[in-house]
Amino acid sequence: MTQLLLFNVFNGLIVGAFYALMALGLSLILNLSGVINFAHGGFLAIGAYLAYTMMPVLGFWGGLIVAPLLTALIGIAVERGLIRRLYGRDPLYSLLLTFGLAYVLEDGTRYIWGAQSLPYPIPGWLTTPLSTDYFFLTGYRLFMVVLVAAAVIALFLILNRTRLGMRIRAGTTDLETVSALGVNVGVLRNLNFGLGIYLAGLAGVLAAGMLGLQPTIGTSLIMPSFVAIIVGGLGSLTGTLLGGLLIGVASGVTTVFFPSATEAVMYVMMGLVLLVRPRGLLGEEGRVQ
Amino acid sequence: MNAVDKAVVPVQERVGALDKRVWTPLIWLVLLSMPYWMNAIGGYTELASRVVVLGLAAMALNFLLGFTGVLSFGHAAYFGLGAYGAAMTIKFLVPSTPLAIVAGMLVGAVAAAVIGALIVNLRGTYFAMVTIAFAQVFYFIAFRWNSVTGGDDGITGWQRQPLHLGFATIDILHDDKAFYYLVLAVFAVAVGIMALLLRSPLGRTLIAIRENERRARFLGIPVERHIWLSFVISGAFAALAGSMYALLSNFTDPRSLHWTMSGNFVIMAVLGGMRSFWGPLMGAAVFVVLQDYLSSHTENWMSFIGIFFVLVVMFFPRGVLGIIKRKVAS
Repeated sequence: MTQLLLFNVFNGLIVGAFYALMALGLSLILNLSGVINFAHGGFLAIGAYLAYTMMPVLGFWGGLIVAPLLTALIGIAVERGLIRRLYGRDPLYSLLLTFGLAYVLEDGTRYIWGAQSLPYPIPGWLTTPLSTDYFFLTGYRLFMVVLVAAAVIALFLILNRTRLGMRIRAGTTDLETVSALGVNVGVLRNLNFGLGIYLAGLAGVLAAGMLGLQPTIGTSLIMPSFVAIIVGGLGSLTGTLLGGLLIGVASGVTTVFFPSATEAVMYVMMGLVLLVRPRGLLGEEGRVQ
Repeated sequence: MNAVDKAVVPVQERVGALDKRVWTPLIWLVLLSMPYWMNAIGGYTELASRVVVLGLAAMALNFLLGFTGVLSFGHAAYFGLGAYGAAMTIKFLVPSTPLAIVAGMLVGAVAAAVIGALIVNLRGTYFAMVTIAFAQVFYFIAFRWNSVTGGDDGITGWQRQPLHLGFATIDILHDDKAFYYLVLAVFAVAVGIMALLLRSPLGRTLIAIRENERRARFLGIPVERHIWLSFVISGAFAALAGSMYALLSNFTDPRSLHWTMSGNFVIMAVLGGMRSFWGPLMGAAVFVVLQDYLSSHTENWMSFIGIFFVLVVMFFPRGVLGIIKRKVAS
């Protein structure tokens, strides 16, 4: 029983790490540009499939580095061509636009790579269990946790230590002032969008290694990411990270006791958070209205 | 009255009068005669029923979206709950079509009342995101709770029951036209109630909230309570549409609860024109016919629908009806 519980807590942590990676990207874009990016899951799938395509040339590690970057470039192009035109209009329109993009990306992935699921080979030494008692503790899972942690630390370093990151944070608080101080807001939003999409692409490559490839790989992760943002609190990236891990572990634990509620539990948590603390666990006051 | 008011008011009055004298009779004429010419232009009666059902759902959403100014992106929840409510009533409780419709609507209304109470303090993108996320709960429940909801297969093995009117029995199961007119009758009642509500002090208050929430609040209007009411009314009529949708196809599955459905309702409302009463019905007609055509002609219909979304947002943000009206009025 303890082993089963441990297994599911660990599993939940990994799933939560995915949610967090997705949700952090979504949060970055939402905070600075006010756009709910429905197509985030589509970009995740693109990242995964690009890595798959480059596998014969670049191998696993090359794909892990290059595929998310390429995905980010696609994201930057999409922002420039389409999403940028909708800033300042009712959020309804950007929501509908990214919704349409989600359709196109999922169907496009299916059209290019096929609807059947594809295996995504990972280096052999990563697949072996590390311990016989804790069979679930494979190298790849541990590697994923480490990599996600590294990515999150890198993200926070970028946001807190670099000029770009500081501008992004400043823009989240008061975009008008940032613009008046001479920062090109268009470029800032563009790069910020790319940064968010990069995280989606990275999550895609990692998810492919664990779950294999399917055109719908991203669509199933997008809703929990929304929940993660709401639970963690709008406007707080630390909150988003916490929210992702929390709902991941919660659904992992629920799997042990009440398997059919695995997904429902995170929405129950969301309901509770909204009831007790509408701005989310670490949300800034006044942002929800 | 200053110069600006003088210029604006007559145009609005003209559009309003045009609505009453031209659009409304024309729309009813088209709706009443639809089953008789649908086949001639390559459609079928069931397609006509689907236009009316989804049109009702889009108009119900627009009660909230267009006339209260609240962005709900999760109306599939209430639509789907209506569908499940109706299907389960006939299959497990009473084999009666009217009861199924009422039960479906009630289930959706209750859910909207509970969720509405939780989120009524939120605004804008945050409100939209929470409605999206909440809609997924019901999808997962329907998908996972196999023993009750039939899981991915949905609820099958039931069919809509004949209508007993006391003096006559109408077979709405085999007679597509008879069912169409039942759908239209339900649609007429629902749309009539919504129109009356919008003309009542309640409706005027909702529009006031849409136009300037802060000012409405300063006037002493309990804004949250009004938004909640609008949310429940909107959810109840969406659920009514959902129960008709289940009856239309004699089954229901989790797809009626999926978030893509919510997006479809919003695009119907936007395409037709959110500020117009009948707009969402037109949007639904365009969307349903387009989807029907695309899905029978190409495997990649999803891409085309997606591109359609993008084009609507980029080029017709005011909707088709909005553009026509502007042309007529000027």
